[in-house]
Amino acid sequence: MSAAHPESESRLGDIAPGDEKTSDDIGRGVRGYLIGLVLATGLSIVSFYIARSTLVWAPSIPIALSVLAIAQMGVHLVFFLHMTSGPDNVNNLLALAFGLLIVMLLVFGSLWIMTHMNHNMMPMDKIMRMQR
Amino acid sequence: MSTAATLNAPAGGRGHGHAAGLTEEEEHGASKRIVVAYGFWIFLISDIIVFAAFFATYAVLTDSTAGGPAGRDLFDLRMVAIETACLLVSSFTCGVAGLGAQAKNGRVFQIAMAVTFVLGAAFLTIEMREFAEMIEKGAGPSRSGFLSAFFALIGCHGLHVTAGMLWLLTMMAQVAAKGYRDDILRRILCFNLFWHTLDIIWVGLFSLVYLVGVAV
Amino acid sequence: MNMWGKLSWAAIPLDQPLPLISSAVVALVITGVLAWVVLKGHLPYIWKEWLSSVDHKRIGVMYIVLAMVMLLRGFSDAVLMRAQQAVALNAPGFLPPDHYNQVFSAHGTMMIFFVAMPFVIGLMNFVVPLQLGARDVAFPVLNSVGFWLTATGALLVNISLLVGEFARTGWLPYPPLSELAYSPGVGVDYYLWALQISGVGTLLSGINLVTTVLKVRAPGMDYLRMPMFCWTTLASNLLIVAAFPILTATFAMLLLDRYLGFHFFTNDGGGNVMMFMNLIWAWGHPEVYILILPAFGIFSEVASTFSGKPLFGYRSMVVATMAICIISFMVWLHHFFTMGAGADVNAIFGIATMIIAVPTGVKIFNWLFTMYGGRIRFPAPMLWTIGFMVTFVIGGMTGVLLAVPPADFVLHNSLFLVAHFHNVIIGGVVFGLFAGYEYWFPKAFGFKLHDGLGKAAFWLWTIGFYLAFMPLYLLGLMGMTRRMQHYDVPGWQPWLLVAAAGAALIGVGVFVQIVQLVWSIRHREELRDRTGDPWNGRSLEWSIPSPPPMFNFAVLPVVEGEEAYWTIKQRAIARQTLMPEPEYADIHMPRNSPVGFICAFFATIMGFALIWHIWWLVIVGLVCAYATFVVFAWHDEHDESISAATIAGIDRANRKERLEAISQLRPAT
Repeated sequence: MSAAHPESESRLGDIAPGDEKTSDDIGRGVRGYLIGLVLATGLSIVSFYIARSTLVWAPSIPIALSVLAIAQMGVHLVFFLHMTSGPDNVNNLLALAFGLLIVMLLVFGSLWIMTHMNHNMMPMDKIMRMQR
Repeated sequence: MSTAATLNAPAGGRGHGHAAGLTEEEEHGASKRIVVAYGFWIFLISDIIVFAAFFATYAVLTDSTAGGPAGRDLFDLRMVAIETACLLVSSFTCGVAGLGAQAKNGRVFQIAMAVTFVLGAAFLTIEMREFAEMIEKGAGPSRSGFLSAFFALIGCHGLHVTAGMLWLLTMMAQVAAKGYRDDILRRILCFNLFWHTLDIIWVGLFSLVYLVGVAV
Repeated sequence: MNMWGKLSWAAIPLDQPLPLISSAVVALVITGVLAWVVLKGHLPYIWKEWLSSVDHKRIGVMYIVLAMVMLLRGFSDAVLMRAQQAVALNAPGFLPPDHYNQVFSAHGTMMIFFVAMPFVIGLMNFVVPLQLGARDVAFPVLNSVGFWLTATGALLVNISLLVGEFARTGWLPYPPLSELAYSPGVGVDYYLWALQISGVGTLLSGINLVTTVLKVRAPGMDYLRMPMFCWTTLASNLLIVAAFPILTATFAMLLLDRYLGFHFFTNDGGGNVMMFMNLIWAWGHPEVYILILPAFGIFSEVASTFSGKPLFGYRSMVVATMAICIISFMVWLHHFFTMGAGADVNAIFGIATMIIAVPTGVKIFNWLFTMYGGRIRFPAPMLWTIGFMVTFVIGGMTGVLLAVPPADFVLHNSLFLVAHFHNVIIGGVVFGLFAGYEYWFPKAFGFKLHDGLGKAAFWLWTIGFYLAFMPLYLLGLMGMTRRMQHYDVPGWQPWLLVAAAGAALIGVGVFVQIVQLVWSIRHREELRDRTGDPWNGRSLEWSIPSPPPMFNFAVLPVVEGEEAYWTIKQRAIARQTLMPEPEYADIHMPRNSPVGFICAFFATIMGFALIWHIWWLVIVGLVCAYATFVVFAWHDEHDESISAATIAGIDRANRKERLEAISQLRPAT
């Protein structure tokens, strides 16, 4: 059988998301996953540590955790999902980018809107009392 | 069964070889493996947006505890750390299983899948214990908006993991019964995508729900 | 614990004549059709060729049939409302509030989810693979599943007429009214489960079409050589993939509130009612763009074909389409300016809403410039297009007016708003769908629709629309709120009478469309399309026979430029000969599959069981649906082969017709 899976390869073409051009040598493939595992574990440990420590200025902890989470998601994407920035992965990454745009709009949009709404809203117990 | 027969494979006629400077892919259409995996990837994007909606709701309702317990009163970070480890290692073993399938190595594939299953089951057991304890304490989902959002968000992830485990078992059975046919390999690729994406979502969940909940 | 949950004989409205009689009529019609099918021996044909078909063309037609049937139901609700409002000045009218609320809720729900969406999706399904030079969509079996799940949703909504009740909460079920405390009946549950199930179907369709446009095109069909309809399909389906998950999640939250006592949107327990509106409109706004973008694509095709010119400004159209796609996700708050987010937030979203009118304006100008300098023909599709351009612009302008928050504070939830959205949905989406229906009908069935009747229908619809909805703008400015079951302002009634007359005129238009269809089928030999290119078209769907063979193209075309078919055709006319006969080879096509129908059957059972709290039946349905899936996945043979000889026979017959036709044609100047 040829080195790479014949269906996943095409000259100048795309690669399936999650696929990687690799030989059938399981050992080499495992190395990539192992690196990812080690990096992700490291980032997770740092996150757990920061959450409880006084090392980081307290109000910035959520941001630090977000940054670490994004970094770890990147590790997953590169080492587990093989989504690199090569030309054969462009379509896959574009789809992901579109999804992330929508996620950002939804999450931050909702937070922004609802914070304002809540700020302007009469407290719920007062409203319920108005019903009588 | 047809292997690379794609819906768009030209039935001859145009002369083989690269007509008018077209690439291999352009001439024969994207291979079925790419089409299927890409379609599944689009589905996963939509699934991520479902999680985003639940997460947005959680973020908005974080402080709506209705006089009841908040995150820092309930979250046990040791359990969360174990869950995280389980899922992370299961992602690794899932990747190894994928490699095994590509190399058509039955041993590697089935053992790696079995380990993935066990780790997933461990994750779910811990999570269900956590839910049961919270409900017993009177901190169930009907206690407050915050808890409703928490249970829905984490529960949605747990449901996906459960579905994934059912799928995992089905794939193990299919490989055992039918070997490494192209369509089965495609499904394994999709399963890998699914399982890794679930772990990516968990990274977001443990960081922004549990850790932020405890730290703030 | 009762085995049948909340279900009992009391669920059938024996004491309410209106729903009882309507259900009886519907049941009679359905039984009649079924009896005719079975007794005439058509059942095997219907099963093999339609119900279990995975052919995008068949599925597309079924979607449109579903839409048209539901249009009659939704329209009858509209007639009820117009009639009620025409007479209910200081009077109770004939529809008690309880029913009136269900009527307007059902009207909106059916029109958006079971008329507009299926019609649009049906047209995209039918046309896009043909325009892309493909044999089918990316996932044919999934396509069938998606259709049947949509049909399940429609079925559940219709069952609510006879068994139980429908929601009274409007077409979007705002809490706290939609929460269990204030809507304890099954109405809201019918709504929620019907839409959850059909929402899954829609999402599957979205995934399918995105993948098809991006990955399943003919050789040489670059992105910038795709017909405009394919671009708008891509944008619309990207929006489906992005927005429908939000709908699913939000309805899931409301269901959790209703079934398990969660506190997402309740008044008490820390729930936040406003979050529902926020989320639902984050879906709701992209939804209307999901509907309108394909309509824009249809107009691009129709305008260019009947002006005899390529579409003006193709690239700017592409940019405008993708811009609308992205911006449509940044304007949703304009649906609830009055909910209290404050001036800053309102201003940002108001400005974004106005900005989105710009790329739309670009499109209008491009269509006008396409027509300018062309030799324009005016069959019915072109009339719908011109009607759209005038009507939609008016509707768009009132939209920009509403985008100004202070103005919206006066006009929100008035009839002005109702007039606006009907203006853009009817003038934009419905006119586009009718244009597409008349334009592609010959491709689907091999004969045209009677053009004279089509034109008559157009005029009846257009005049009827203006009569029905322009008064609503005035009424809104006069202060009339939406959804009023009765009122006490005499000055409103004359306008409501005019509106009722308009609705009646539209009704005549619908009737004429039915006559058109029946007449055209009866006289189909006179209207036959022999070559497959009845309109002198420019894109690939016109290069194959009408109706197309199962495999669409005998040999996949290699595309060399924009307007793939037009260049081939001009060359053929100039040389007075077709291209040499290609080498035919066997084609593998996917086999029919009952999976979609069976899955939907179990989904219907599950949905009904969930609504009525029959828990054991839910589990049965779930297990069976899962089992169906596994059984299907276990199959080995999914394809069948069509021989080169068969293909050659079909293609040679078509080439003969075309050769005859080009001898009549002169090259285009």
